[in-house]
Amino acid sequence: MLRFIIRRLLVTIPTILVVISITWVLIKLAPGNFYSGEKKLPPAIEKNIRDKYGLDKPWYQQYGRTMWNILRHADFGTSLKYEGQSVNTIIARSLPVSASVGILAYILALIVGIAAGSIAALKQNSRWDYSSMALAMLGISVPNFVLGPILVLVFSLTLYWLPPSRWGGFPSRNLILPVLTLSAVYMAYIARLTRAGMLEVLRSDYIRTARAKGLSERDVVVRHALRGGLMPVISYTGPALAFLLTGTVVVERIFALPGLGNYFIQASLNRDEPLIIGIVAFIAITLLLMNLLVDIAYAFLDPRVRY
Amino acid sequence: MDEKPSKLPAEIESTESVRTPHGPSSQSPLTARDPNTIHIPPEMAIAEDVRPEEVGYVRGTSLWRDAWRRLLKNKLAVFGLIVVALITIASIIGPTLIKRGLGFTPDYIPTDDIRLVKSFPPFTGPDGKFSWLHPMGTDNAGRDQFARVLQGGQISLFVGVISTLVSLLIGVSYGAIAGYLGGRVDNLMMRLVDVLYSLPYIIVVIVLLSMFRSQTPRGQLTLLFIALGSVSWLTMARIVRGQVLSLKNQEFVLAARATGVSVPRIIFRHLVPNTLGPVIVYATLTIPQIMLTEAFLSFLGFGVQAPLASWGSLAADGIQNIAIFPWQLIFPGVTMALTLFSLNFLGDGLRDALDPQMRTV
Repeated sequence: MLRFIIRRLLVTIPTILVVISITWVLIKLAPGNFYSGEKKLPPAIEKNIRDKYGLDKPWYQQYGRTMWNILRHADFGTSLKYEGQSVNTIIARSLPVSASVGILAYILALIVGIAAGSIAALKQNSRWDYSSMALAMLGISVPNFVLGPILVLVFSLTLYWLPPSRWGGFPSRNLILPVLTLSAVYMAYIARLTRAGMLEVLRSDYIRTARAKGLSERDVVVRHALRGGLMPVISYTGPALAFLLTGTVVVERIFALPGLGNYFIQASLNRDEPLIIGIVAFIAITLLLMNLLVDIAYAFLDPRVRY
Repeated sequence: MDEKPSKLPAEIESTESVRTPHGPSSQSPLTARDPNTIHIPPEMAIAEDVRPEEVGYVRGTSLWRDAWRRLLKNKLAVFGLIVVALITIASIIGPTLIKRGLGFTPDYIPTDDIRLVKSFPPFTGPDGKFSWLHPMGTDNAGRDQFARVLQGGQISLFVGVISTLVSLLIGVSYGAIAGYLGGRVDNLMMRLVDVLYSLPYIIVVIVLLSMFRSQTPRGQLTLLFIALGSVSWLTMARIVRGQVLSLKNQEFVLAARATGVSVPRIIFRHLVPNTLGPVIVYATLTIPQIMLTEAFLSFLGFGVQAPLASWGSLAADGIQNIAIFPWQLIFPGVTMALTLFSLNFLGDGLRDALDPQMRTV
């Protein structure tokens, strides 16, 4: 087990470096410069900027400096757009927003998805099964940038129940619509995965044994079937996190939340190079570490998995 | 494995030998009447060397015919197929028909200032009364929303199909090569796929698209194809590799090798055609995903550029005015959702039809 974790970490670290390098190369290869805008800068000012950011040095020195600062000091530099704010400060400030929306959405998706999927599997080919699976397909097919505005239209602009946008601190009514919008797709995926996993498990021998020894239906489902049937859901956590990230970008945009995704889009549009690299690196690290955790959890839950 | 359309070794040497009559053909009523007809065993029916006129005589059930029959039994899949076909046809010929019939193009901006507000609700004319002219209303500039949604569909479907083809090309070649060569090469190639899998690729795509923002809409569209296609081939590579691994030890591959067929030819002429079933299924399910990603990118302003529009960019325009002109968002959004819904059902149905073992009950 320990060997597995160490081996995975050994792969993870170069991967993160590769992501950062790809981003760096893309930014450097792109035509133009972050300071080149509509107006042409006076040569003296341009020279000052180039000196300050070391743009006249050979590329390997620029690359080396960026990587050294990141690796040695975890320092991504200062944002070009938000003057005087370091990239680390911006990430630290916007992370709680993204994390609270993302985590709440994932928890909601797990609860609703597992419940709907289990019911569909237990009452296979019933009305419950068909309606929940049709709803799940709808959830997969409706893009979140359509669902979000429609929810706003109904619950905020017509019924006046919930605020339409903006950040209102952690437990607040402002969170309800973003979380619902974000979780719809995962709910749908998790429901489908749970149903497929449960259907397979319910026909296996150990469930028949559990029934044969006289366990109540509830015990059979909760203690035996769910444990095996949820394995596909756990292995979906990795991809789900990646999707959650892209989903958050859209949701933060729709609801004007000051989260990581929104900053990332702004940074890409403004060509705020340090901030782009910082957020990409942060997302890559989070994603890869979470994937590692999921794999470890998988090994604990399924005794057949050996590394 | 028997129902897989594997090619007989005989076919590798010459196409003539394919026409050798096989056992059951003498009992077939068709051949009894016409001694010149040659029976072709069902698994031969899709081999590319068989001429169409020969296929015409086959009454056996090929894998494909069987799958087609199973697909037609699935009501939801048929519904998906019909809706996808209708939306595709409407998107392709719709804008032209509107121009012929009503006289305006999707980007026609009316110049007469009848009212200050140019965005009319669905089925309403400039005078505020009922009219058939704009069944989906008009946008901020007074352009017909219906024509724009149809034209947006052209772009969205086009991006979905072309990018899926790009990802097919990369994924199938990559997976087939890795699977056939095996050993170290396979290990290395698949490790790379594992690493790429865990990357936040959509983030990298956003950086790519924002940094290399093309000056022309067409350039941006090409960039979009490449970006979307080159990040969505991973699952395809895995699927094809798995298929090739299970196929490569079969007799027809051995026979091909024995007769001296080159490695690329074995991979692309003998192995790849046999993986078509799962590839088609997965490709059908990739199209909606790519369309969704395209819409997501266009929604954020990194994808399709004006004057071109896709469902994603139309929705992005619409969300600006959601409180006052909700139809600007609802029509492109719902059309897109309906298309994705149908494509997903079609993909699921195809999976059940082409791959009965994979079916969950």
